[in-house]
Amino acid sequence: MSAIDTRELNTAALAEKGVAIDVVDDGTMILNMGPQHPSTHGVLRLVLELDGETIIRATPHMGYVHTGIEKEGEYQTYMKAVTITDRMDYVSAHINNLAYTLSVEKLLDVVIPPRGQYLRVVLSEIQRIASHMVWLGTHALDIGAMTVFFFAFREREKLLDLTEMMSGVRMMPSWIVPGGLRGDTPEGWLERCKQIMDELPYRIDEYETLVDQNPIWRERTQGVGVLAVDECMQLGVSGPTLRGSGVKHDIRKSEPYSSFDQFSFEIPVGKYGDVYDRFQVRMSEMRQSREIVKQAIERMPDGPINVDDRKIVPPPRHELDSSMEAVIHHFKLWTEGFHPPVGEAYVPVESPKGELGFNIISDGSNYPWRMHQRPPSFMNLQALSRMCEGRLIADTVAMIGSIDIVLGEIDR
Amino acid sequence: MTAIAEAVERAEVGFLRDAVPGAVLDAYEFRGDTRIVVAREQIVEVLTALRDSEEFQYNFFSECFGADYLDVDTGGTILGKPHRFEVTYNLLSLHDPATGTGKNTRIFIKVGAPEDDPVVPTVVSVYRGAEFPEREIYDMFGVRFSGHPDLRRILMSDDWVGHPQRKDYPLGGEKVEFPGGKLGPSVEDRVVQHAGESFSGKTASDI
Repeated sequence: MSAIDTRELNTAALAEKGVAIDVVDDGTMILNMGPQHPSTHGVLRLVLELDGETIIRATPHMGYVHTGIEKEGEYQTYMKAVTITDRMDYVSAHINNLAYTLSVEKLLDVVIPPRGQYLRVVLSEIQRIASHMVWLGTHALDIGAMTVFFFAFREREKLLDLTEMMSGVRMMPSWIVPGGLRGDTPEGWLERCKQIMDELPYRIDEYETLVDQNPIWRERTQGVGVLAVDECMQLGVSGPTLRGSGVKHDIRKSEPYSSFDQFSFEIPVGKYGDVYDRFQVRMSEMRQSREIVKQAIERMPDGPINVDDRKIVPPPRHELDSSMEAVIHHFKLWTEGFHPPVGEAYVPVESPKGELGFNIISDGSNYPWRMHQRPPSFMNLQALSRMCEGRLIADTVAMIGSIDIVLGEIDR
Repeated sequence: MTAIAEAVERAEVGFLRDAVPGAVLDAYEFRGDTRIVVAREQIVEVLTALRDSEEFQYNFFSECFGADYLDVDTGGTILGKPHRFEVTYNLLSLHDPATGTGKNTRIFIKVGAPEDDPVVPTVVSVYRGAEFPEREIYDMFGVRFSGHPDLRRILMSDDWVGHPQRKDYPLGGEKVEFPGGKLGPSVEDRVVQHAGESFSGKTASDI
């Protein structure tokens, strides 16, 4: 890649015609990467200033899939707004639902029964494995290992089948709602889930062997994209990206929600904070998530899944035929919804990308006054330009993959 | 929201009263979370004090976000807020067992900004991670951050006119009926139209 000889350009003559040419005379070159680049995980655009193949500066540009979800949320009742949270981080919808729901439940000051909490744990951990499978497949694909992509997506499809079996939808279930869940497990669901979890460790080991034993993979990832701990903390980088740098911090342990404190699991951490460490952390996290799902299924309590409050949770269908009150509750709930008290709530959860939480401001009406998501990908993306500076252009794709961004969450 | 009594208030409130005199304007608690309203001129000092204090060690910048409290019907503010805009900083004292730092607590710091002068000093010098969220608040609410190194729009296109998350910014192009027979604002109601949309054919420089 050679720089354009700027001496050939007659900028004065061009300027008279109204063409402004910004001449960079230090031999650097501006390269536009994306938004349609396959390795930018959606529509991220990076403007790279290059000196030969070395990146001097990387500026991310986003907003290409901005759909105003936060604004839209202010025009939905609390119950209806659940469906738009699915669309934020669209590869881990259950966890988005959970984060939103927990904030609304904090406003309402309700706690759901143990079975509901355990089911939420099962769903969110299944979703975490599925999300990490997407990451593994695409990350490996970016670096050049194509086979892993097909295997990882096959495995993910099995996990999405579980979601479909329960809710009827693969990716946008909206199954976790304020007050509980939309329904209990269908017949045979827990057995099917257990069966998939039993074979998962072999699959994860198999996929790990595909890349980890490969000298090219190690060359491309070890020592690349190093993030120091204090840099991560300053930038608000969280989740596996932070843990890859060696900080043992997990919201599931530090601020437990939905009875995560009743499960035993490890927090995997890296040592050097490079792309390889983040890869190892996510691979170990999948194994830990599987442990949590197994524990939850073994100890699954019986009983109701929803709170016993007809002002929040609609009555069961069979009551509508015999009870006038049930009909009234049903009608009021689906037209007007509930009115949380005036206040603000923020409950962080550990999403596959990092700390995810919804800031919900209630003015006492049935619509949220403000619904703001703390998007982990958005904060983690700030680390990308730090990582890129001084590295080779070919490493950029490895670094983008290693922070595991989803543009639906960044742009919202 | 209840204003907290001196006896039960979080230690951070008393600490800030001593460390940055005159900064704490209000503090209230709701469902276990404490939110401290501080003077916007002193936000940099407040966050620096919280970050550097041995007692609290707010080492992790979780995020900051904006809110608009405009009452569209009266032109005033709702919930008795003194200012139309509010920026909330979410700080975490992140506990790292390896080094023993951090107390595993979370605090929310708020600053208000009036409609006629929506400027808040940037906190990028305290927490580098404020760069993107502050750009988002500027983009969505039009609250400017003085001293920000790169205050450009982040989600909307560069030539966009208006700030979409403001309460007087319409959601869509047509009037929508809300409960009580109230009609939502529509694009035609706006004096300044969106440059990014094709119906007016105008760009930001034309207006």
